[in-house]
Amino acid sequence: MAEVLVYVDHVDGAVRKPTLELLTLARRIGEPVAVALGNGAADTAATLAEHGAVKVLTHDASEYAEYLVVPKVDALQAAHEAVSPAAVLVPSSAEGKEIAARLALRIGSGIITDAVDIEAGEEGPVATQSVFAASFTTKSRVIKGTPVITVKPNSAAVEAAPAAGAVEALSVSFSDQATGTKVTGRTPRESTGRPELTEAAIVVSGGRGVNGAENFSIIEALADQLGAAVGASRAAVDAGWYPHTNQVGQTGKSVSPQLYIANGISGAIQHRAGMQTSKTIVAVNKDAEAPIFELVDFGVVGDLFDVVPQLTDEIKTRKG
Amino acid sequence: MSLRIVVTVKYVPDATGDRHFADDLTVDRDDVDGLLSELDEYAVEQALQIAEDADDAEVTVLTVGPEDAKDALRKALSMGADKAIHVEDDDLHGTDAIGTSLVLAKAIEKAGYDLVISGMASTDGTMGVVPALVAERLGVPQVTLLSEVSVEDGTVKGRRDGDAASEQLEARLPAIVSVTDQSGEARYPSFKGIMAAKKKPVESWDLSDLDIEAEEVGLDGAFTKVETATERPARTAGTIVKDEGEGGKQLAEFLAGQKFI
Repeated sequence: MAEVLVYVDHVDGAVRKPTLELLTLARRIGEPVAVALGNGAADTAATLAEHGAVKVLTHDASEYAEYLVVPKVDALQAAHEAVSPAAVLVPSSAEGKEIAARLALRIGSGIITDAVDIEAGEEGPVATQSVFAASFTTKSRVIKGTPVITVKPNSAAVEAAPAAGAVEALSVSFSDQATGTKVTGRTPRESTGRPELTEAAIVVSGGRGVNGAENFSIIEALADQLGAAVGASRAAVDAGWYPHTNQVGQTGKSVSPQLYIANGISGAIQHRAGMQTSKTIVAVNKDAEAPIFELVDFGVVGDLFDVVPQLTDEIKTRKG
Repeated sequence: MSLRIVVTVKYVPDATGDRHFADDLTVDRDDVDGLLSELDEYAVEQALQIAEDADDAEVTVLTVGPEDAKDALRKALSMGADKAIHVEDDDLHGTDAIGTSLVLAKAIEKAGYDLVISGMASTDGTMGVVPALVAERLGVPQVTLLSEVSVEDGTVKGRRDGDAASEQLEARLPAIVSVTDQSGEARYPSFKGIMAAKKKPVESWDLSDLDIEAEEVGLDGAFTKVETATERPARTAGTIVKDEGEGGKQLAEFLAGQKFI
């Protein structure tokens, strides 16, 4: 059976959930061979094996943390040469897309980004994408070279599928370009204790109607009752009420959770682009004409300052 | 010596319009009004600010696209760019990201550059990979997705806000930069700027000017193929209730019914 390279997104050896979803998709088209780079690379092996990696290629060097993107491209190219895979799958983060694109160019392949599903096809893997602010669904194929596909978080279920996960050292020699862009400082994001926005099963968002940074505590309280991530519309972010890293929409994150709760968000195209593929959508908004209500499974026309705290209390009560 | 800045911009269908695919499954550019991709306005803005801070600089705005794409160039010129280059060729129809990066890289080389600035992504394709591809082709550093950027003594510095961390980046020129919508609001063209733009030079290049063969680009040269495009069915109408004092509880009841609580 053909091998499929899976690029591992991890933090010091802790594998992030989207990579495990990639393993589920990779198993549909071949045998997953994972590539883990940088500090803690070897520590990823046990988790990856549990989810179907037959092999884990690892390499650690200080270059991965000290320089931007290119050292990882060099390594993935080395893995591609060593394995000759049927496809290369990479998580669709900002960095993942850049790594994948440069790899594709080097190996003479096409690239598809932001896939939400992958299935095996007679002429190679077929990738599903959501385009034009999720108003269209396309199915595409890479028709030259080894398909390189980046996949969005929450595109597949994480499945246990124990495999050998044999660790092998990957031999990497860095290119002249590898040290072109130096990372001179790194400030890790402060953890909020909440799930990662793009990976969360439930997202609770606030928009213009929240009307002030201090009022976001109402949104956060509901999110915490549900174990959800907190999102914000562009209007709320531009007003300085909530950090840009939490922005949902065309110029922020695009999310596809099981449940999306929009509070005080009108539902402009810029926002819909980032949440329209959510499984269940509910909204609270004062304006009965707000376009967000066209998307909802359940909507409450009312003041979020009344409805949201009542909802939070009711959940608390039901949980006992 | 003059700092040569090239800003790459894209002419896209208006995202607030009713965007569709054409029969050949390329983006339909005829039925929806086009404009300068909003995210490229931030690139133009940062280029102008860097140019203003430099002793001597020239900002060239570059686009690859059909005849109408001149509108995008005109907008950038009216914001304050000095000159424009329009790469236009019938054989470019259907070019994918890999092909676009080839055309841009060749045009950037021909124009001459110290710094290339792009937007974080286009608002139609939204891949966000073209700056990295252009850097790979030109063999110069990529300093991408910056929320803050500055140039001093032949070095570009900036801040890249990632999911896990915020990084400070640094590279020697020449380099490829992309900026996010957090980099600073783009200026509106002034009346004077709009009038001045009419007199600014717009060069037109075709594929032969760039030594690119027709089969390297366009639908035939594409590395990817869209096989089907289906309009997403409208979501079925949900239940809307008016809050009469029990709205939160009704919402909780719905969520419980869906097993979210």
